[in-house]
Amino acid sequence: MNNLDLTGLTIKEASQLLVKKQIKARELTQACLERAHDLNKKLNCFITICDAVALEQARRVDELIANNQKLSPLAGIPIGLKDLFSTAGIRTTAGSKVLANYVPVYDATVVARLKDAGAVFVGKTNLDAWGHGSSGENSDFGPTLNPYDLSRVPGGSSAGSAAAIASGACIAATGTDTGGSIRTPSAFCNLVGIKPTYGRVSRYGIIAMASSLDSIGHLTKTVYDNALLLNVTAGQDNFDATTLPAVVMDYTDRIEEGVKGIKIGLPKEYYEGLDKNIKKIVLDAVKVLKGLGIKVVEVSLPHTKYGNACYYIIQPSEVSSNLARYDGVRFGFAREKFSPEAKRRIILGTFTLSSGYYDAYYLKAMKVRRLIREDFVKVFKKVDVLICPVLPTLPFKLGEKIDDPLTMYLSDIFTVTINLAGLPSLAIPCGFINNLPVGMQVVGPDFSEKLLYQVGFAYEQETKWYEQRPKL
Amino acid sequence: MNDQRSTISVKYESVIGLEIHIELATKSKMFCACSADYFGKDSNSHTCPICLGLPGAMPKANSMAIKYAQKFGLALNCQVQLSSKFDRKNYFYPDLPKGFQISQYDLPLSQKGFVLVPSTSEVKNFYTSEVSLGASRTKRIGIIRVHLEEDTAKLTHAAVNGRRVTLIDFNRSGVPLLEIVSEPDIGSSEEAKLYAAKLQQIARYLEVSDADMEKGSMRIEPNVSLKKKGDKKFPEYKVELKNINSFRFAEKAIEFEIRRQLEMIERGETPIQETRGWDEKRQRTVSQRTKEFAHDYRYFPEPDLRPFYFSKGQIQKLAREIPELPEEKTSRFRKVYGLSSSDARIICEAKELADFYEKATGAYRKNHKNVANWLTGEILRRLKEEGRTISQTNLLPAELAELLHLQDRSELTTANAKEALAVMIKTGKSALEAVKAIKVQILSHNDLEKVVNEVIRQNQRAVSDFRAGKKASLSFLIGQVQKVTKGAADPKATVELIVEKIKPKS
Repeated sequence: MNNLDLTGLTIKEASQLLVKKQIKARELTQACLERAHDLNKKLNCFITICDAVALEQARRVDELIANNQKLSPLAGIPIGLKDLFSTAGIRTTAGSKVLANYVPVYDATVVARLKDAGAVFVGKTNLDAWGHGSSGENSDFGPTLNPYDLSRVPGGSSAGSAAAIASGACIAATGTDTGGSIRTPSAFCNLVGIKPTYGRVSRYGIIAMASSLDSIGHLTKTVYDNALLLNVTAGQDNFDATTLPAVVMDYTDRIEEGVKGIKIGLPKEYYEGLDKNIKKIVLDAVKVLKGLGIKVVEVSLPHTKYGNACYYIIQPSEVSSNLARYDGVRFGFAREKFSPEAKRRIILGTFTLSSGYYDAYYLKAMKVRRLIREDFVKVFKKVDVLICPVLPTLPFKLGEKIDDPLTMYLSDIFTVTINLAGLPSLAIPCGFINNLPVGMQVVGPDFSEKLLYQVGFAYEQETKWYEQRPKL
Repeated sequence: MNDQRSTISVKYESVIGLEIHIELATKSKMFCACSADYFGKDSNSHTCPICLGLPGAMPKANSMAIKYAQKFGLALNCQVQLSSKFDRKNYFYPDLPKGFQISQYDLPLSQKGFVLVPSTSEVKNFYTSEVSLGASRTKRIGIIRVHLEEDTAKLTHAAVNGRRVTLIDFNRSGVPLLEIVSEPDIGSSEEAKLYAAKLQQIARYLEVSDADMEKGSMRIEPNVSLKKKGDKKFPEYKVELKNINSFRFAEKAIEFEIRRQLEMIERGETPIQETRGWDEKRQRTVSQRTKEFAHDYRYFPEPDLRPFYFSKGQIQKLAREIPELPEEKTSRFRKVYGLSSSDARIICEAKELADFYEKATGAYRKNHKNVANWLTGEILRRLKEEGRTISQTNLLPAELAELLHLQDRSELTTANAKEALAVMIKTGKSALEAVKAIKVQILSHNDLEKVVNEVIRQNQRAVSDFRAGKKASLSFLIGQVQKVTKGAADPKATVELIVEKIKPKS
């Protein structure tokens, strides 16, 4: 197989070829590494490419396969790690100049679990510094570009992860989603992205943005691939006291179950005033699902309009506290190296927590947050899942929103509410407008990832948007 | 009303509150598995990503520390909260790696308790060791709250390669810390010392901390202000005192501060609200200008730790695990063993001493006071000389009992018993082994009688002299017995035997 074919594989396909010994992990890894290097100047997907580590990991997998060992489906699969994930011995920057030389001494729990499963680490992917951003333009190491249109953003903050998969530099990649940072780049790059239930996947070792909102997930080409990864990363962790002991099921089991009889809610607040092209493409997707047997119910989430304000008070408050440890004393550089966006959020968050303002801002926002979650809890008594758009716009041009932070923050209106409620959401491609990818999200109750995958899989198999690739 | 305060002038009285930190003696730190036993260890040898505040690290609460904290609250007669949480206290300082301390703000584990300390008028007696019989007046010191938090790293100022630097040792970072805030009920420097001593005693009784000021496992921060006598309102300022390394420093610092503030107030000035450090060299408090503005800690609930809830049953179970506390034990000792209040107080000062006493009286039941005397006298004196506690020696209660039995059977003089005890304390030898070691022969009563008979037989002239009224002959005979027994003869028993045998038959 040539390089292009190799890098175009899904995890499922690659895994089968490896097991059948039709390809070697080494050649698959090398193909991805070459692609990563070739495209990095153009796309800037990676802050660090881990050639030596990746090839050694691949070599070990090849050895095990040669000895007929039974391995995880992730064995030998080249993946990218968003540069918020601590990797022992491998530079971890959070996309910021403050950590430009920081090398962790320990692995994040998720990294250790992926290592144990035999995954191969192609590199640390680019991101909006500290997770602060919806476009990928806030990285201190330069913006990442959208492989589908090099004049446009790939979405953020997991920008590098998305662009790397879409361009064939890796087959899957990890991400974090605090206000949409997995779902947005998934939607902008024709990928599947999971934001799991808060507490489903361990946050230990992952550089914290907003501790009560951060959700650890990943991006893949297909729904089945996505479920394969969650099987490995999900589960309680003794080092993260906010993870829950909910049972980790096999998320691929009965993924082809189908959607007959499933009730899908369309929350009207997410469709009112929506760009008509995006609205049409999402409702077309709903039509496809109707044809497969779902029932549609219009529902209402009345507190939706407070979501963004609520989020942009709670998140910076927690950010201001989480970034306090970056003082340049034990590691990294001094605080003056923080970019303007990081400084903006630290100052905002310090203000909203300060004496005299705490009640009016942080405390009030936390109360509104409870109401936002209750909207969802009520609605899930009537329907099984919700379908919403991911963004109010198509992938926008580089520089289009960067000068006005508020405009940038408004990209998040459909995603932040889900983080505030702690719920899981699966972003899946639902088509193209002007050759630019559009995504929708399937939102469910706590720990309903299995159901989300079933709905996503059913739609995906009918439409197969993943077969479209960017012309690079 | 139990509101006596030190009368330092006609018009004013002192208002004192104490903020005390006690390091818990748990195996691991408050939020990670590193060992909490850091004293004297190589610097930065007990660290991990969590207590170093590395990127991505997250806390996990130590449930034993929470239990210890709740037990302490119960022993302080507090209301233990059924729901509680941790909060972040945000500020920047090099000894605080995360840039915030995980502490408790508005839902501390325990609140609204009290302790009883001997009232101030009894103080002088306590310290001159003059016992005032029957004295039992106490003063109630209120406790506002008891909460749990993590300790900071330790800063040391040093010179490295000629440069003045500050070194940070993270071994202490994350060690569980209990913070106890008292009501401003304390009226004098002596009362402050008694209050601190009481908390120390309770901590040691519960075995939740060694509460040692020299090791830093107990820290005191007094707040001092003055108000007009009779004024119901509390003064509008308070001065916080730091750098207090012992009870004695606390006493001196408080006294200095009271005098300093009194002078200012009598001049018509109001002392400013500030933090002052005790300067032992100059014997005065000195303003620490670093904390001029009230700190805004921007408290908010710690999102990485879920709130915790307890049932009444869990708290009751914990209460049952609390051992007999000093007050109860002292009372019981007075009743059961008939001890004086001061003896009981001294013996119950430390739980291990009280336990030793009970075991010893179990093996020597005939005279509780005798055991008490030996314990409060000879034994405590020796321990103080050696700078050790009773459990740091190998002295066994049963062996003390054996020593006393030997003494009772007149097989041992008091002087020799004391010498043997010293050996027992130093080496842990048994009573018999210790007596052998001081090269004294144990003289049984029969043996002594044999010797007396022999001495009398050999010294008939002295006998008849005594019978004739010459008292000095008795001393001579006693001396002869001592010579033969090489001093092992018990003087009292010797005299009794001799007199009985040679006294004129009437």
